[in-house]
Amino acid sequence: MRQTILFLLAAVFAGILLWNGATILDLPQQVTNVGAYKIIYFHVPAAFTAFTGFVTALVASILYLATGKLRYDAFAAGVTEVALAFATANLISGMIWARYAWGIWWTWDARLTSMLVCLLMYYGYVMLRQAITEPTQRARLSAFMSILGCINVAFVYQSIAWYRTQHPSPVLGFREGGGMGPGLETPMYWNWLAMLCLATILASVRMRQGEFATEIDSLRRQAHSH
Amino acid sequence: MSLALEVAGVYKFFGDFPALRDVSFKVAPGSVVALLGRNGAGKTTLLRIMAGLSQPSQGSVKVNGAEAREAGTRRRIGVLGHSISVYDELSAHENLTMFGSLYGLDDAGKRADAMLDRVGLGRVRDGLAREFSRGMRQRLAIGRAFLHDPELLLLDEPFTSLDDKAIAVLQTMLKEMRDRGRTVVMSTHQLREAMELSTHVTFIQRGEVAYDGERQDEMLKDTSWLYRTYGDN
Amino acid sequence: MYLRQIWTIAAKDLRSEMRTKEALNASVAFSMVILILFSFAFDQAEDLKGLLGGLLWLAYAFAGALVLNRSFARELQNDCLDALISSPAPPSAIFLGKALANFALLMAVELISLGVFAILYDVRLSGKLGLLSLVMLLATWGITVIGTTFSALTVNLTMRELMLPVLIYPFLIPVLMSAMILTTDLIAGVPIATNLVWLRVLVAFDIAFTAVTVLYIDVVLVG
Repeated sequence: MRQTILFLLAAVFAGILLWNGATILDLPQQVTNVGAYKIIYFHVPAAFTAFTGFVTALVASILYLATGKLRYDAFAAGVTEVALAFATANLISGMIWARYAWGIWWTWDARLTSMLVCLLMYYGYVMLRQAITEPTQRARLSAFMSILGCINVAFVYQSIAWYRTQHPSPVLGFREGGGMGPGLETPMYWNWLAMLCLATILASVRMRQGEFATEIDSLRRQAHSH
Repeated sequence: MSLALEVAGVYKFFGDFPALRDVSFKVAPGSVVALLGRNGAGKTTLLRIMAGLSQPSQGSVKVNGAEAREAGTRRRIGVLGHSISVYDELSAHENLTMFGSLYGLDDAGKRADAMLDRVGLGRVRDGLAREFSRGMRQRLAIGRAFLHDPELLLLDEPFTSLDDKAIAVLQTMLKEMRDRGRTVVMSTHQLREAMELSTHVTFIQRGEVAYDGERQDEMLKDTSWLYRTYGDN
Repeated sequence: MYLRQIWTIAAKDLRSEMRTKEALNASVAFSMVILILFSFAFDQAEDLKGLLGGLLWLAYAFAGALVLNRSFARELQNDCLDALISSPAPPSAIFLGKALANFALLMAVELISLGVFAILYDVRLSGKLGLLSLVMLLATWGITVIGTTFSALTVNLTMRELMLPVLIYPFLIPVLMSAMILTTDLIAGVPIATNLVWLRVLVAFDIAFTAVTVLYIDVVLVG
């Protein structure tokens, strides 16, 4: 059952990749004086996926605290790690584009800075998990940290946005003043869906590994208790 | 008459490993229970749950009919763990008044003085705990656990590291508690000391209750009798 | 009763800190060192005025970590934390008591550093102290709540002293950023009305994290 779902997701992922990739390749090389804009089809969905992951991890953490079921903890941990990977992908693609468009690798722009702060914060979460060996204690403490982290993401985003921004103004249609032009925006959402499929597969694998690790830890305790 | 302590269906998981499995027993007021078991059997885990330091994964622990984690319940419990739990940078008197005030005692200062006299630290009441000898610190710890006159006293391995004078003080105070109808639960390896004081025995093996009942004379005479009779190896 | 328990724990922490002054001395000394090092870092800087707030708060934040590191670690010696948690004091009272003590210690370090800072960098504070103390109180409480929370979170870890700074600074960014902007502008004489948004960030941060921690600290302290 689990396997089937994962294979289906992988098929959806591959399908979108081929079909949507072809659509994106067919798009014009340049729109409204922005070159190398196509990296946005990678850059933006990666950020969306990362945030979907962080929010999912928050929900899983709250569920763990409410129910005490270690599955939610393994899920939260897996999702956070995968979200970290997508956040990194977002930053790196952003840097590559910045180098091309502005001639610099890094700029202290609001969204880049916020993403970097998120990355550091959730890296702390992963570090905290690694430092705790007892699974139940690890689950409790990291769930608490995940909740604190999500609140802080809101603060970081809002305050850094007030502080400075150099980022291209809103590109997506749902924001005021946004909109990329006909036919340009939809492939981005398809890519988001593809990345969500990939993220689900990866998170599920990590979750499985986490559950095995807990099981091994328990067996070790069992062995020591005899 | 309500039970002094009721442990009902307690499970405690560390990950998937059940450190305690369906532990249930009842303790009537005035009993002195020796909680026995090998290292890693789950004695400390169980005591920590009773003391409100840890939550059971399932089941409940009730003291005088109320949940162990309630503030009102904890006011009636005294806890003395492996380590002494007194502050090195505070004087003996400050240590006790500090805890007295956490327990909501109105006459914390006076009680602290009386307690210090009882544990033989009256003359050094203003000395810092860090300047005390090991035995003196242990007696201070005993004073802390008894300060608020608990109805239920939980002791984790009380006799293991104490010096002679501290053992004498503890034994006197435990006997006095027993005579006043107070309840004591202590986990221990030191079978003889524990057996002499105890009225009941709860024997835990791999997280499960293997024996729970009155102390029997065989246990006093031969310390390994219990393990041989009720243990599985 | 609740207030008395908070006060008892705060007084206990302050009293034992005043007996040794370990954290306090280390923290003040560290903050001095940072202030002096900055003078080399910005030796050639044209306009130091725009950096002053940032400089001051970096010194506070780094020196503060030394105080916060000690907070729950103090309870480890002799396993005192167990005695506190098994007492009738609710975990939130233990947390708030320790936070209050940390707050007082951090404020003390900050006030001493502020004096030295004013002398070394020729900053005139007269007439600005009122608003500056408001900023310091709000931001320091933010630092205290996050620091005390993570001090509790990491108390049983062997890598405690390494973990704490890594964990807290990303969380402190909204606070430090607001405090830096406010302080720089205050020193430069910019009217506070233009910066009200940053005061609001500080207040919101303090309220949000104090509330969440008070609600959830049981999870951290009671296994």
